[in-house]
Amino acid sequence: MIHIGLIHYLIVSSILFCLGIFGVITRKNAIMVLMGIELILNSANINFVAFARYGNFGNSGQLTALFVIILAAAEAAIAMAIVLNIYKMFSTINVDEIDTLKD
Amino acid sequence: MTVYDIIFYLFALITVGSAFFVVTLRNILHSAFFLLFALFGIAGLYVLLSADFIAVVQLVVYVGGILVVLIFGVMLTNKITHVQIKSGTLQIIPAAIGTLVLGFALIKIFLTTNWKTVQLSAESSSVQGLGILLVNQYSVVFELLGILLLIALIGAASMARR
Repeated sequence: MIHIGLIHYLIVSSILFCLGIFGVITRKNAIMVLMGIELILNSANINFVAFARYGNFGNSGQLTALFVIILAAAEAAIAMAIVLNIYKMFSTINVDEIDTLKD
Repeated sequence: MTVYDIIFYLFALITVGSAFFVVTLRNILHSAFFLLFALFGIAGLYVLLSADFIAVVQLVVYVGGILVVLIFGVMLTNKITHVQIKSGTLQIIPAAIGTLVLGFALIKIFLTTNWKTVQLSAESSSVQGLGILLVNQYSVVFELLGILLLIALIGAASMARR
């Protein structure tokens, strides 16, 4: 039996990344796209923290993960404001129906 | 199989399973609640990686902040009384094939790369080290993130009121 090492965390994070990509490209609802983006950011964060633990990098990896969390919070707030504006203007937030820029 | 391994597999299963339901369930609110479990599982993985402060920040910011914002968005942008809260999907089969290929490629790369790892030592809390780094080496980044959060706050408020 192999002990849990760096590779297990990397595999979990790559599965999360692929699920996030799948959510982003298949969902119509803009909020579901945002949830996919959150999954992708979290998978990157797992990589940062795992490399900080198993590589010899001190605490810088954990600090980078912290910065990513802060940026994700800012991004969620801004994106939600944009989504609310789009809903006011088009009465829908399905990203495939918002195509007024096209012709 | 040690206790650490069992707990890791438990949290990994919670995380991956919940993430799978997040991207496949049709009801947006169910997806949001499964996202809650996925974020909890990721916080557990951080604890297993002895990143205690990051785990707590994950719980406070993601579960307490971002998820609430997302659920607010769901509630404000769906006519709950008339229409079911559903999310349509587009082109599932090409997307599934593409992401499966991407995932196998990533896992193959991770498995074949010879990662340089160091001998693990029992770590104490990382809060002190993080705090010292944050006000010395990364102080400029810290200030910039403060300004960025202020800009995001003002921008979101002014955009949402328009």
